[in-house]
Amino acid sequence: MVTITTKQRIEVLKTYKIYVGGQFPRTESGRYYIPVNAAGKKLANVCLCSRKDFRDAVVAARSAFGGWSGRAAFNRSQILYRMAEMLEGRKAQFVEELMLQDASKVKAEKEVNLAIDRLIYYAGWCDKYQQLFSAVNPVASSHFNFSVPEPTGVVAIITPQSDSLLGLVSVIAPVIAGGNTCVVLASEKKPLCSVTFAEVLNSSDLPGGVVNILTGKPSELASWFVDHMDVNATIYCENNSDVKKMMQEKAATNVKRIFFYDKIKWETEEGQSPYFILDTQEIKTTWHPVENIAGAGGGY
Amino acid sequence: MAVKTNPASRAGKVAKKTAKPVAKNNTLKLKFDTSWTYAPAPESKSAATINKQYDLFIDGKWQKPLSKTYIDTINPATEEKLSEVAVANEADVNKAVTAARNAYEKVWKKMPAKERAKYIFRIARMVQEKARELSIIETLDGGKPIRESRDFDVPTAANHFFYYAGWADKLEYAFPNRKTAPLGVVGQIAPWNFPLLMAAWKIAPALATGNTVVFKPSKTTPLTALKLAEIIEEADLPPGVVNILSGVGSTGDAIVRHPDVNKIAFTGSTEVGKMIQRAIAGTDKKLTLELGGKAANIIFEDAPIDQAVEGVINGIFFNQGHVCCAGSRLYVQESIAKTVIRKLKDRLESLIVGDPLDKNTDIGAINSKQQLETILEYIEIGKKEGAEIYQSSCAVPKKGFFCKPTLFTNVAQSNRIAQEEIFGPVLAILTFRTDDEVIEKANNTPYGLSAGVWTDKGSKIFNMTKRMRAGVVWANTFNKFDPTSPFGGYKESGFGREGGLHGLLPYLTLKG
Repeated sequence: MVTITTKQRIEVLKTYKIYVGGQFPRTESGRYYIPVNAAGKKLANVCLCSRKDFRDAVVAARSAFGGWSGRAAFNRSQILYRMAEMLEGRKAQFVEELMLQDASKVKAEKEVNLAIDRLIYYAGWCDKYQQLFSAVNPVASSHFNFSVPEPTGVVAIITPQSDSLLGLVSVIAPVIAGGNTCVVLASEKKPLCSVTFAEVLNSSDLPGGVVNILTGKPSELASWFVDHMDVNATIYCENNSDVKKMMQEKAATNVKRIFFYDKIKWETEEGQSPYFILDTQEIKTTWHPVENIAGAGGGY
Repeated sequence: MAVKTNPASRAGKVAKKTAKPVAKNNTLKLKFDTSWTYAPAPESKSAATINKQYDLFIDGKWQKPLSKTYIDTINPATEEKLSEVAVANEADVNKAVTAARNAYEKVWKKMPAKERAKYIFRIARMVQEKARELSIIETLDGGKPIRESRDFDVPTAANHFFYYAGWADKLEYAFPNRKTAPLGVVGQIAPWNFPLLMAAWKIAPALATGNTVVFKPSKTTPLTALKLAEIIEEADLPPGVVNILSGVGSTGDAIVRHPDVNKIAFTGSTEVGKMIQRAIAGTDKKLTLELGGKAANIIFEDAPIDQAVEGVINGIFFNQGHVCCAGSRLYVQESIAKTVIRKLKDRLESLIVGDPLDKNTDIGAINSKQQLETILEYIEIGKKEGAEIYQSSCAVPKKGFFCKPTLFTNVAQSNRIAQEEIFGPVLAILTFRTDDEVIEKANNTPYGLSAGVWTDKGSKIFNMTKRMRAGVVWANTFNKFDPTSPFGGYKESGFGREGGLHGLLPYLTLKG
């Protein structure tokens, strides 16, 4: 026990809240849980989100989708870059939180640096993946025909439980780089830097609702993440075969796209690729007739 | 029946008689009666050979089904039996998967890609060589007009094999910074609306990417796939690379659940697609689904109206409306609704419904009795919901399964005929005032396969095609397909693409 002296400044503790629609509400359920680190320290009273919180977050994500997917790719790129800038400026805070969540100082610093670099990586892809995955198709009839990727919509994500910052960033970044919006469930045992990351998002010109971050238990929420009718895709990053099976079954409710990122080493090069962006894209093909004025045999 | 008067001379006489010029009046109704009848022009059945009975094509050989059962396949235009085909059961499927696995491990995987390509080229050529026979059989077995099977289904099927054959030795160029690898054995289940074409859409990319195939055609239209099996046999493909199993729903189920199948590709109803998605849960099987649709076809007041009307007719009546991407919801801008509806009704009257083998036929037979009942049920639902029905006054043959081309006007967005896929020659017509309104209405559906927009204004086209949530969007055209053009849906219309470069991905794994 620390002896309290009258001269000592009392530390201001942070309330770890969730991030929905650009606001920081508490869970509607009023419930909380207390994650504890290896040393036995209570990390915080963290919101134990409910199904209703998830549904509210989906509404926020859906409302934000039109605006975000309609932004210029260049603008999305700048916002992702801004997120990296904001994260860089708050490095110390994230290192501290990661250390509270049992990381060594070296490991924590490395994780924060990688997370920043990953945002920069995807910031660069925002206005490039389209050219990589598009095609002008040489159809045999007199049509101009092309295929382009478009965002699939609202993506529900259950993030990696161990890489609480790098995993979170690595999964969110390709989804929003591609113009999707998302609802994210933070690591259950290590939620601190997910909530703090929401503060980074909030100060990066990212429109409210594009990324919504909830805290709570995957065991409680996983099934809602996959059977909501207004969610277009679900990403699950843990290797729990029962949960995976349940998710694949429930995904059929609305032919949801489902992705398991459970074998990816986020700290390596395989943790980043434009093919992650492609996962949550739909390919749209458009046909336009070409008037055949020279059809009578003319030409240039 | 012979044409009584030569239209040209008749027109000449009329021109002489009418002294006063007819005022230009676009409300004049076209007349299609009296002497404008067509003489029958039936395609000959003699150019096609259909066996009395077909077995299963497994491991390069025609094998008797272990199920010991056969089912009839009939001509839906006459209800006469064409042939009987084997029904593959679980044991038959197992035999086919084993053959496909052996062929994959021992032959196909090891074969140089350029040699693999040559086999696929051979198939393409042989489909072209037998095009007439295949078209006749397609029309006999499925009821579609010979004009469509001859000019669309069969040539496009051949082109698909030709297109993908060329990809086989070029896969490393398709996905930057990635190495590709085949998946192994793929199970493919095709629908009855474009039997041969769907077989080509599925088998061609699977083979080009180095996979082996177990393919099941639909219960009501197995014949052209079995003819394709004969072609594959003739092309001397290594045994087991392609196995073609006719059968019923349980055959498909056995393919989906077989533990040694690495991937399922399914085209069919959203309902069955969802069942498949559930059935493979907990496995590592890859999946692509090409499911139902309820496409919005949108006409703006500045559209070339006559072209648009033709496009709408083609959009909904092509292949009797048995098209997953059919333009079954028409949105007309209010200011031109009256004109468009009148022109559509006129055009409806001129459609020739009848013998699918007749080269003049526009609308052939409904594929099966069951499907006809579904369509008629929806027509009743539409009437009960308060929509106004208009049907062509044409006569339909007494025998066989036929449905008059049908329009519904005064349809509400919430009506079932505007929400659910009918898969028949039934068009629901709705109106709108503004761009935003029609986008919201068009996208307000669980489906997202295709859409159409008709306007002369370029910037409006691009606004609309961008905002419509559908995998294929036709601007000032409809129902166009090409092997190089990716096809597939958003939302509950499925996932994965067939056709083009994008159609390779569902059959490959990418490695860093």
